[in-house]
Amino acid sequence: MFDLLGAALPSRLLLGTAQYPSPAILADAVKASGASVVTVSLRREMAGGKGGEKFWSLVNSLGVRILPNTAGCHSVKEAVTTAKMAREVFGTSWIKLEVIGNHDTLQPDVFGLVEAARILCEDGFTVFPYTTDDLVVAERLLGVGCKVLMPWCAPIGSALGPVNIMALRSMRGHFPDVPLIVDAGLGRPSHAATVMELGFDAVLLNTAVAKAADPVGMARAFSKAVDAGREAFGSGLLEPRDVAVPSTPTIGRAVFS
Amino acid sequence: MKLIVNGEALDSAAATLAVLLAELDYEGDWLATAVNSDVVHKANRAEFRLSDGDRIEILSPMQGG
Repeated sequence: MFDLLGAALPSRLLLGTAQYPSPAILADAVKASGASVVTVSLRREMAGGKGGEKFWSLVNSLGVRILPNTAGCHSVKEAVTTAKMAREVFGTSWIKLEVIGNHDTLQPDVFGLVEAARILCEDGFTVFPYTTDDLVVAERLLGVGCKVLMPWCAPIGSALGPVNIMALRSMRGHFPDVPLIVDAGLGRPSHAATVMELGFDAVLLNTAVAKAADPVGMARAFSKAVDAGREAFGSGLLEPRDVAVPSTPTIGRAVFS
Repeated sequence: MKLIVNGEALDSAAATLAVLLAELDYEGDWLATAVNSDVVHKANRAEFRLSDGDRIEILSPMQGG
Protein backbone atom coordinates (compact mmCIF):
# COMPACT_ATOMS: atom_id res chain seq x y z
CA MET A 1 0.00 0.00 0.00
CA PHE A 2 1.10 3.53 -0.79
CA ASP A 3 0.58 5.88 2.16
CA LEU A 4 -0.30 9.25 0.68
CA LEU A 5 -0.81 11.74 3.49
CA GLY A 6 -2.56 9.16 5.61
CA ALA A 7 -4.55 7.58 2.80
CA ALA A 8 -3.64 3.96 2.08
CA LEU A 9 -3.70 3.63 -1.70
CA PRO A 10 -3.26 0.35 -3.61
CA SER A 11 -1.75 2.12 -6.63
CA ARG A 12 0.85 4.80 -7.30
CA LEU A 13 -0.94 5.87 -10.45
CA LEU A 14 -3.34 8.81 -10.34
CA LEU A 15 -5.50 9.24 -13.41
CA GLY A 16 -7.29 12.19 -14.99
CA THR A 17 -10.85 11.83 -16.27
CA ALA A 18 -10.84 14.16 -19.29
CA GLN A 19 -10.77 13.59 -23.05
CA TYR A 20 -11.90 9.93 -23.15
CA PRO A 21 -13.91 8.79 -26.17
CA SER A 22 -16.89 7.94 -23.94
CA PRO A 23 -17.89 7.68 -20.28
CA ALA A 24 -17.84 3.89 -20.54
CA ILE A 25 -14.24 3.89 -21.81
CA LEU A 26 -13.27 6.28 -19.02
CA ALA A 27 -14.73 3.87 -16.46
CA ASP A 28 -12.99 0.87 -18.03
CA ALA A 29 -9.68 2.74 -18.23
CA VAL A 30 -9.82 3.70 -14.55
CA LYS A 31 -10.47 0.07 -13.62
CA ALA A 32 -7.71 -1.22 -15.90
CA SER A 33 -5.22 1.29 -14.50
CA GLY A 34 -5.84 0.23 -10.93
CA ALA A 35 -5.80 3.93 -10.03
CA SER A 36 -7.32 4.70 -6.67
CA VAL A 37 -7.33 8.47 -7.17
CA VAL A 38 -8.87 10.33 -10.11
CA THR A 39 -8.83 14.03 -10.84
CA VAL A 40 -12.01 15.95 -11.62
CA SER A 41 -12.94 19.55 -12.30
CA LEU A 42 -15.76 22.07 -11.98
CA ARG A 43 -17.29 23.84 -14.93
CA ARG A 44 -20.32 25.97 -15.67
CA GLU A 45 -23.54 23.97 -15.70
CA MET A 46 -26.14 24.90 -18.31
CA ALA A 47 -29.52 25.95 -16.96
CA GLY A 48 -31.61 22.83 -16.41
CA GLY A 49 -28.66 20.72 -17.51
CA LYS A 50 -27.80 17.41 -15.96
CA GLY A 51 -24.29 16.94 -17.37
CA GLY A 52 -22.68 17.33 -14.00
CA GLU A 53 -25.04 14.87 -12.38
CA LYS A 54 -24.27 12.15 -14.93
CA PHE A 55 -20.53 12.57 -14.61
CA TRP A 56 -20.69 12.72 -10.82
CA SER A 57 -22.73 9.50 -10.71
CA LEU A 58 -20.18 7.79 -12.96
CA VAL A 59 -17.23 8.85 -10.82
CA ASN A 60 -18.99 7.81 -7.64
CA SER A 61 -19.63 4.38 -9.10
CA LEU A 62 -15.88 3.83 -9.58
CA GLY A 63 -15.21 3.72 -5.84
CA VAL A 64 -12.05 5.81 -6.10
CA ARG A 65 -10.78 8.80 -4.19
CA ILE A 66 -11.44 12.21 -5.73
CA LEU A 67 -8.79 14.86 -6.30
CA PRO A 68 -10.55 17.99 -7.62
CA ASN A 69 -8.46 20.46 -9.58
CA THR A 70 -8.48 24.18 -10.24
CA ALA A 71 -7.57 23.72 -13.90
CA GLY A 72 -7.88 26.80 -16.06
CA CYS A 73 -7.55 29.27 -13.21
CA HIS A 74 -5.18 32.12 -13.98
CA SER A 75 -5.37 34.09 -10.74
CA VAL A 76 -5.09 33.45 -7.04
CA LYS A 77 -8.69 34.56 -6.50
CA GLU A 78 -10.05 32.24 -9.20
CA ALA A 79 -8.10 29.29 -7.86
CA VAL A 80 -9.06 29.87 -4.23
CA THR A 81 -12.75 30.33 -5.03
CA THR A 82 -12.79 27.26 -7.28
CA ALA A 83 -11.09 25.21 -4.57
CA LYS A 84 -13.72 26.23 -2.02
CA MET A 85 -16.52 25.36 -4.44
CA ALA A 86 -14.89 22.00 -5.13
CA ARG A 87 -14.64 21.23 -1.43
CA GLU A 88 -18.37 21.71 -1.06
CA VAL A 89 -19.38 19.66 -4.09
CA PHE A 90 -16.90 16.81 -3.80
CA GLY A 91 -16.75 16.63 -0.02
CA THR A 92 -12.97 16.52 0.21
CA SER A 93 -10.33 18.96 1.36
CA TRP A 94 -7.84 17.57 -1.17
CA ILE A 95 -7.23 20.01 -4.02
CA LYS A 96 -4.91 19.84 -7.00
CA LEU A 97 -3.94 23.49 -7.16
CA GLU A 98 -3.29 24.93 -10.60
CA VAL A 99 -2.61 28.61 -11.17
CA ILE A 100 -1.71 28.87 -14.83
CA GLY A 101 0.78 31.56 -15.79
CA ASN A 102 1.12 31.19 -19.53
CA HIS A 103 -1.52 30.36 -22.14
CA ASP A 104 0.89 28.64 -24.52
CA THR A 105 2.97 26.50 -22.20
CA LEU A 106 0.37 26.13 -19.43
CA GLN A 107 3.23 26.47 -17.01
CA PRO A 108 2.27 27.40 -13.47
CA ASP A 109 2.40 30.95 -12.20
CA VAL A 110 4.60 29.93 -9.31
CA PHE A 111 4.20 33.25 -7.48
CA GLY A 112 0.41 33.01 -7.57
CA LEU A 113 0.68 29.32 -6.76
CA VAL A 114 2.55 29.93 -3.51
CA GLU A 115 0.07 32.62 -2.47
CA ALA A 116 -2.98 30.50 -3.29
CA ALA A 117 -1.41 27.53 -1.51
CA ARG A 118 -0.85 29.66 1.60
CA ILE A 119 -4.47 30.78 1.68
CA LEU A 120 -5.85 27.29 1.13
CA CYS A 121 -3.52 25.57 3.62
CA GLU A 122 -4.56 28.09 6.27
CA ASP A 123 -8.16 27.25 5.43
CA GLY A 124 -7.61 23.55 6.10
CA PHE A 125 -7.09 22.27 2.57
CA THR A 126 -4.62 19.54 1.69
CA VAL A 127 -2.97 21.21 -1.27
CA PHE A 128 -1.42 19.23 -4.13
CA PRO A 129 0.38 22.02 -6.00
CA TYR A 130 1.01 21.61 -9.72
CA THR A 131 4.45 23.19 -9.90
CA THR A 132 7.71 23.22 -11.84
CA ASP A 133 10.88 21.39 -10.85
CA ASP A 134 12.30 24.59 -9.28
CA LEU A 135 13.72 23.82 -5.85
CA VAL A 136 13.21 27.32 -4.46
CA VAL A 137 9.55 27.32 -5.40
CA ALA A 138 9.24 23.88 -3.85
CA GLU A 139 10.73 25.18 -0.60
CA ARG A 140 8.24 28.06 -0.59
CA LEU A 141 5.32 25.70 -1.15
CA LEU A 142 6.43 23.51 1.74
CA GLY A 143 6.91 26.64 3.82
CA VAL A 144 3.29 27.72 3.41
CA GLY A 145 1.98 24.32 4.43
CA CYS A 146 2.01 21.97 1.44
CA LYS A 147 2.81 18.36 2.41
CA VAL A 148 3.15 17.03 -1.14
CA LEU A 149 4.58 18.42 -4.37
CA MET A 150 3.53 17.74 -7.95
CA PRO A 151 6.23 18.91 -10.37
CA TRP A 152 5.71 18.73 -14.10
CA CYS A 153 8.19 16.77 -16.17
CA ALA A 154 7.11 18.53 -19.40
CA PRO A 155 4.24 20.82 -20.42
CA ILE A 156 0.70 19.55 -19.92
CA GLY A 157 -0.45 17.29 -22.73
CA SER A 158 2.91 17.45 -24.53
CA ALA A 159 3.76 13.75 -24.09
CA LEU A 160 7.44 14.72 -24.10
CA GLY A 161 8.28 12.77 -20.96
CA PRO A 162 10.96 13.85 -18.48
CA VAL A 163 12.90 16.58 -20.28
CA ASN A 164 15.11 17.48 -17.33
CA ILE A 165 16.16 14.34 -15.54
CA MET A 166 18.79 16.22 -13.57
CA ALA A 167 16.21 18.58 -12.09
CA LEU A 168 13.91 15.72 -11.12
CA ARG A 169 16.79 13.81 -9.56
CA SER A 170 17.81 16.94 -7.69
CA MET A 171 14.27 17.44 -6.41
CA ARG A 172 14.12 13.87 -5.13
CA GLY A 173 17.46 14.34 -3.41
CA HIS A 174 16.50 17.62 -1.76
CA PHE A 175 13.17 16.42 -0.43
CA PRO A 176 13.70 12.80 0.57
CA ASP A 177 10.71 12.74 2.92
CA VAL A 178 8.17 14.73 0.89
CA PRO A 179 5.75 12.80 -1.33
CA LEU A 180 6.62 13.77 -4.90
CA ILE A 181 4.17 13.08 -7.70
CA VAL A 182 5.13 13.79 -11.30
CA ASP A 183 2.18 15.59 -12.86
CA ALA A 184 1.97 16.52 -16.50
CA GLY A 185 4.01 15.73 -19.58
CA LEU A 186 4.14 11.94 -19.46
CA GLY A 187 3.51 10.40 -22.86
CA ARG A 188 4.57 6.78 -22.64
CA PRO A 189 4.71 4.05 -20.03
CA SER A 190 8.50 4.15 -20.25
CA HIS A 191 8.36 7.81 -19.15
CA ALA A 192 6.40 6.79 -16.05
CA ALA A 193 8.84 3.97 -15.35
CA THR A 194 11.76 6.40 -15.66
CA VAL A 195 10.47 8.85 -13.07
CA MET A 196 9.48 6.04 -10.74
CA GLU A 197 13.00 4.62 -11.06
CA LEU A 198 14.24 8.04 -9.90
CA GLY A 199 12.31 7.51 -6.69
CA PHE A 200 9.22 9.59 -7.30
CA ASP A 201 6.35 8.39 -5.22
CA ALA A 202 3.63 8.41 -7.87
CA VAL A 203 2.58 9.80 -11.23
CA LEU A 204 -0.51 11.64 -12.36
CA LEU A 205 -1.45 11.48 -16.03
CA ASN A 206 -4.43 11.91 -18.28
CA THR A 207 -3.88 12.66 -21.97
CA ALA A 208 -1.48 9.78 -22.66
CA VAL A 209 -4.19 7.32 -21.65
CA ALA A 210 -7.32 9.16 -22.77
CA LYS A 211 -6.03 9.95 -26.28
CA ALA A 212 -4.45 6.54 -26.93
CA ALA A 213 -6.01 4.45 -29.67
CA ASP A 214 -6.96 1.98 -26.93
CA PRO A 215 -7.25 3.88 -23.64
CA VAL A 216 -8.00 0.76 -21.63
CA GLY A 217 -4.92 -1.05 -22.93
CA MET A 218 -2.77 2.03 -22.35
CA ALA A 219 -4.09 2.39 -18.80
CA ARG A 220 -3.02 -1.18 -18.12
CA ALA A 221 0.39 -0.54 -19.68
CA PHE A 222 0.98 2.54 -17.51
CA SER A 223 -0.04 0.60 -14.43
CA LYS A 224 2.60 -2.03 -15.14
CA ALA A 225 5.23 0.62 -15.88
CA VAL A 226 4.58 2.44 -12.61
CA ASP A 227 4.84 -0.79 -10.65
CA ALA A 228 7.99 -1.83 -12.52
CA GLY A 229 9.65 1.55 -11.98
CA ARG A 230 8.85 1.55 -8.29
CA GLU A 231 10.12 -1.98 -7.75
CA ALA A 232 13.28 -1.17 -9.67
CA PHE A 233 13.89 1.88 -7.49
CA GLY A 234 13.51 -0.22 -4.37
CA SER A 235 15.75 -2.96 -5.71
CA GLY A 236 18.86 -0.85 -6.26
CA LEU A 237 19.57 0.12 -9.85
CA LEU A 238 22.98 -0.43 -11.36
CA GLU A 239 24.79 2.84 -12.04
CA PRO A 240 25.99 3.37 -15.62
CA ARG A 241 29.69 2.69 -16.25
CA ASP A 242 32.04 3.96 -18.92
CA VAL A 243 33.69 0.61 -19.52
CA ALA A 244 32.51 -2.82 -20.51
CA VAL A 245 32.33 -5.36 -17.70
CA PRO A 246 31.85 -9.02 -18.66
CA SER A 247 28.80 -10.56 -17.11
CA THR A 248 30.02 -14.12 -17.65
CA PRO A 249 32.84 -15.20 -15.32
CA THR A 250 36.22 -15.22 -17.06
CA ILE A 251 37.85 -17.61 -14.59
CA GLY A 252 37.86 -21.17 -15.79
CA ARG A 253 37.21 -20.41 -19.43
CA ALA A 254 38.71 -22.87 -21.92
CA VAL A 255 41.85 -21.99 -23.82
CA PHE A 256 42.07 -23.34 -27.38
CA SER A 257 45.26 -21.79 -28.66
CA MET B 1 -32.83 43.38 -11.93
CA LYS B 2 -29.97 42.60 -14.32
CA LEU B 3 -27.74 39.67 -13.44
CA ILE B 4 -24.87 37.87 -15.13
CA VAL B 5 -25.33 34.11 -14.78
CA ASN B 6 -22.46 31.95 -16.02
CA GLY B 7 -21.38 34.81 -18.24
CA GLU B 8 -24.81 35.44 -19.78
CA ALA B 9 -26.90 38.57 -19.12
CA LEU B 10 -30.26 37.85 -17.54
CA ASP B 11 -33.27 39.80 -16.22
CA SER B 12 -34.73 38.33 -13.07
CA ALA B 13 -36.86 39.34 -10.10
CA ALA B 14 -35.44 36.55 -7.93
CA ALA B 15 -34.83 37.96 -4.46
CA THR B 16 -32.45 35.24 -3.36
CA LEU B 17 -29.94 32.87 -4.91
CA ALA B 18 -32.11 29.86 -4.07
CA VAL B 19 -35.08 31.39 -5.89
CA LEU B 20 -32.92 32.16 -8.92
CA LEU B 21 -31.67 28.55 -9.07
CA ALA B 22 -35.25 27.28 -8.94
CA GLU B 23 -36.34 29.76 -11.63
CA LEU B 24 -33.62 28.50 -13.94
CA ASP B 25 -34.37 24.85 -13.17
CA TYR B 26 -31.10 24.14 -11.41
CA GLU B 27 -31.36 21.43 -8.83
CA GLY B 28 -29.13 18.84 -7.19
CA ASP B 29 -26.49 18.37 -4.53
CA TRP B 30 -23.70 18.51 -7.09
CA LEU B 31 -23.97 22.24 -7.77
CA ALA B 32 -21.62 24.87 -6.41
CA THR B 33 -22.38 28.59 -6.47
CA ALA B 34 -20.48 31.84 -6.21
CA VAL B 35 -21.64 35.45 -6.36
CA ASN B 36 -19.18 38.15 -7.34
CA SER B 37 -16.31 35.65 -7.01
CA ASP B 38 -17.17 34.62 -3.45
CA VAL B 39 -18.50 31.16 -2.64
CA VAL B 40 -22.09 30.95 -1.47
CA HIS B 41 -22.55 27.63 0.28
CA LYS B 42 -25.65 25.57 -0.31
CA ALA B 43 -26.91 26.19 3.22
CA ASN B 44 -26.77 29.97 2.66
CA ARG B 45 -28.49 30.21 -0.72
CA ALA B 46 -31.99 30.72 0.67
CA GLU B 47 -30.85 33.75 2.68
CA PHE B 48 -28.44 35.17 0.14
CA ARG B 49 -30.11 38.28 -1.35
CA LEU B 50 -29.25 39.21 -4.91
CA SER B 51 -28.51 42.72 -6.10
CA ASP B 52 -28.60 44.38 -9.49
CA GLY B 53 -25.42 43.63 -11.41
CA ASP B 54 -24.45 40.54 -9.43
CA ARG B 55 -22.26 38.05 -11.27
CA ILE B 56 -23.30 34.50 -10.47
CA GLU B 57 -21.40 31.33 -11.24
CA ILE B 58 -23.13 27.95 -11.09
CA LEU B 59 -20.71 25.04 -11.46
CA SER B 60 -20.98 21.28 -11.49
CA PRO B 61 -18.60 18.30 -11.67
CA MET B 62 -16.84 17.84 -14.96
CA GLN B 63 -14.02 15.75 -16.39
CA GLY B 64 -10.59 17.03 -15.42
CA GLY B 65 -6.93 16.16 -15.60
